[in-house]
Amino acid sequence: MSAAALTLPLAEAAVLAALASAAVSPLAARWPRALSLLAFPLLGLAAVCALAAGTLALGFDVAQGAVLPLGLPWLPWQLSVDPLAGVFLLMLGAVLLPVSVYGPGYAREFRNGRDSLATLGVSTGLFVAGMLGVLLAADAYLFMVAWELMSLASYFLVCFQHEHADHRRAAFVYLLLAHVAGLLILLAFGVLAAAGGGFSFAAMRAAHPDALWAAIAFALALAGFGAKAGLVPLHVWLPEAHPAAPSHISALMSAVMLKVALYGFLRVTFDLLGVPQWGYGVTLVVVGSASAVLGVLLALQQSDLKRLLAYSSIENLGIVFLALGLAQIFQAAGHPALAALALLAALYQALNHALLKGLLFLGAGAVLHGAHTRSLDRLGGLLRRMPRTGWMFLIGCLGMAAVPPLNGFVSEWLTFQAALQAWRLHDGLLRILVPLAAAALALTAALAATVFVRAYGIAFLGRARSRSTRHAHEVGGGMLAGQALLVAGIAVAALLPGPLLGLLGRAALQLTGSAPAGTGWLWLTPLDPATSSYAPLPILAVLLAVGALGVLLLRPRQGAAVRRADPWDCGYAPPTPRMQYSAAGFAQPQRRVFAPAYALRETTAADRHEVEVGDRTWVWLYRPLGMLADRAADLARRAQAGHVRRYLAWSLITLLVLLWIVS
Amino acid sequence: MSLAALPLLDQAVLVLAAMALFSAFALLAQSRLLAAIHVFAWQGLLVAAVAALMGAASGDVNLYVSAAITLALKVLLIPWMLHRLLRRLALERQADPLAHPALTLLAAAAIVVFADWVAAPVAQFEHSATRNVIAISLAVVLLGLLMMVVRRQALAQVLGFMAMENGLLLAAVASTHGMPLVVELGVAFDVLVAMVLFGVFFLQIKDSIDSLDVDRLSQLSASIEQDEEPEPRP
Repeated sequence: MSAAALTLPLAEAAVLAALASAAVSPLAARWPRALSLLAFPLLGLAAVCALAAGTLALGFDVAQGAVLPLGLPWLPWQLSVDPLAGVFLLMLGAVLLPVSVYGPGYAREFRNGRDSLATLGVSTGLFVAGMLGVLLAADAYLFMVAWELMSLASYFLVCFQHEHADHRRAAFVYLLLAHVAGLLILLAFGVLAAAGGGFSFAAMRAAHPDALWAAIAFALALAGFGAKAGLVPLHVWLPEAHPAAPSHISALMSAVMLKVALYGFLRVTFDLLGVPQWGYGVTLVVVGSASAVLGVLLALQQSDLKRLLAYSSIENLGIVFLALGLAQIFQAAGHPALAALALLAALYQALNHALLKGLLFLGAGAVLHGAHTRSLDRLGGLLRRMPRTGWMFLIGCLGMAAVPPLNGFVSEWLTFQAALQAWRLHDGLLRILVPLAAAALALTAALAATVFVRAYGIAFLGRARSRSTRHAHEVGGGMLAGQALLVAGIAVAALLPGPLLGLLGRAALQLTGSAPAGTGWLWLTPLDPATSSYAPLPILAVLLAVGALGVLLLRPRQGAAVRRADPWDCGYAPPTPRMQYSAAGFAQPQRRVFAPAYALRETTAADRHEVEVGDRTWVWLYRPLGMLADRAADLARRAQAGHVRRYLAWSLITLLVLLWIVS
Repeated sequence: MSLAALPLLDQAVLVLAAMALFSAFALLAQSRLLAAIHVFAWQGLLVAAVAALMGAASGDVNLYVSAAITLALKVLLIPWMLHRLLRRLALERQADPLAHPALTLLAAAAIVVFADWVAAPVAQFEHSATRNVIAISLAVVLLGLLMMVVRRQALAQVLGFMAMENGLLLAAVASTHGMPLVVELGVAFDVLVAMVLFGVFFLQIKDSIDSLDVDRLSQLSASIEQDEEPEPRP
């Protein structure tokens, strides 16, 4: 049996391992160590299997399918693995493995609390199994079952610490939007199944619905998967739910679940729907740019570390969808090579976001574990007290800020390379729109850098702003090892983008029919060497050389006297930690410049200044919707008031109307 | 088509059915409960007479049986039970006036016209007398429902319900020469059981809210409508 034939069995083994992890978790109610000795290692096994399956699927370009003896008698569940699923299996494995190493240390904190460890383990196992199921499903039925399993399990994880009222509210908002999203996706599959005459993806792929129905399916899929992926304006659950969940779960939700939604969207739009349309592309570019800009602007104003990361996820997914829009536009315009490049940029951005955001959420969990607070206004100076976490968090921040030679730069650079080829398009509107999107992307990149400078500077540099932070301690070995694994993944993605892009190119080939060129191990030349090229290893070498030179030149001479003294303090009272730059103060200029984007409320009293930065979508979209729902409920209640005679009158009217209709 | 052109038997059936419709109007407008029970008994008698006449016309024994059952139940037993209930609840002199009598009767007239219009396409019956009876029985059913809507007294609503049943029986007798005997017996038994249950219910309602006004039943849910307990904050 060749290695390629092992792909699907390995993927199935991953699902079984995740289910087994859920099955053994009830033991934790009696024996708390079951979680760290059984449940998390099983999740690690699932991660290794998923990694192996993903690598094999991409490496050997396999497409394997199987029919399970499960499901309804006339509608058996079908599985398949192809390069597209392989990309996401790879992402899932790459994040789940560190999480399973990190998890035991983090969950130890809950042992003495009121929260049920068994619930945590069961929900995590089912959550992972659901995500794997979505990736492996080859028919809409299994896809929806796995999708709902993923949504419901993650709901229980969000409301895990349900004694906090805001966690319950976050979980409710999440459940509501997950339900709406599930409904929309179901309808999208309904449209496709009606055209294809069956629920299997093969049947849907073979059929081509007419333009109107295809557009309806696209809109439903975009709204459904977009809600799960956190696209504006359906993103509101994300900044609520991610901080509420335990940190390793936030890492899984942000790094993997959003990508599973992306996978679903890619599967429906690029694979099942088939015919590319420039209209789809424009929609994606507009929605993606809006999400990216709004996400980063809101991230800039958050004072809760995990909330900040959640808004940054919205920004990153916005960039991914922007790149997908470019791919759709280029494909519709007959430039498959450029479409493949844009798609590759989207996939690489997704992979990088998974690794970086996984690392940052694990880091935020470590901060929460060590300093017992997530609020930037209470952190500070953590680099001194938690040096290892601090350095690894720095790597994550640099990556998110897209600084070379880290991997965030590679994917944004690729996106720009695709966007800057807009001159090849013939449509004047698109030739204007695409550079505008590129400008939005540039703005986003600059603001993202600010976001992470602010987050890192406030939390890890300076002096501690609270007592608990002053007494922060470094986290244990397992939690550090989990973060270190992600740093290793980031190093691979940052320094060897060529081979990785070559692997991901198989998925681009599957979807666009063209594989990108110029993915050598040293030089990355996606278009042609004269236009642009990138080589991370030489850049790293130059950076290291310059850094070493600097250290060498600036190092105090041997034996020179070093005087230690307080810096000049202008003769005023000695500075206290409260005099440092605050989180709100750092972001004040952007708050002024971009004021129309925020729902601001500032109050200034004699001795204090309060700023509340809200999300405009709540004011513009959700509050009116909520009022509308309230009013509808009021009307329904008036009809349903418990008056017997009113019910009878409804029956009489219904009867009369029905009689009138039949005659 | 004039009534006189029909055979004598059909003429008689039509007249009786028309009287049943009239009794439905009387039932709707009669505000005194005691008198309403009497009107209901008369309506039952008219339906029983229609069934017996159809039986005489077709020679079908089933129809005689159905007439006998109607006579026993709708004319004698149920009115008697209602009487007894009325006495036990001390409601003999109770009146249940309509809120808008003129409006209600106009609506009832409109319903009759509507029923005639609905029944008009039922043209497969060559027998025009039957067709008219179907329109009338549909009107009786709808008027019974209307009575349940406009009357506030629970006992009057039961009368409306029973009147609907009368209308159904009239339709069955006129259009299909009677339902199968098994069905007939089943329906009769159902009505009887319903009557017994209504009686028990009324005594309970009277006990708990001291009235048989159904509008006051909505107060029963008021205790549930209170807001949920405030969320405890940790």
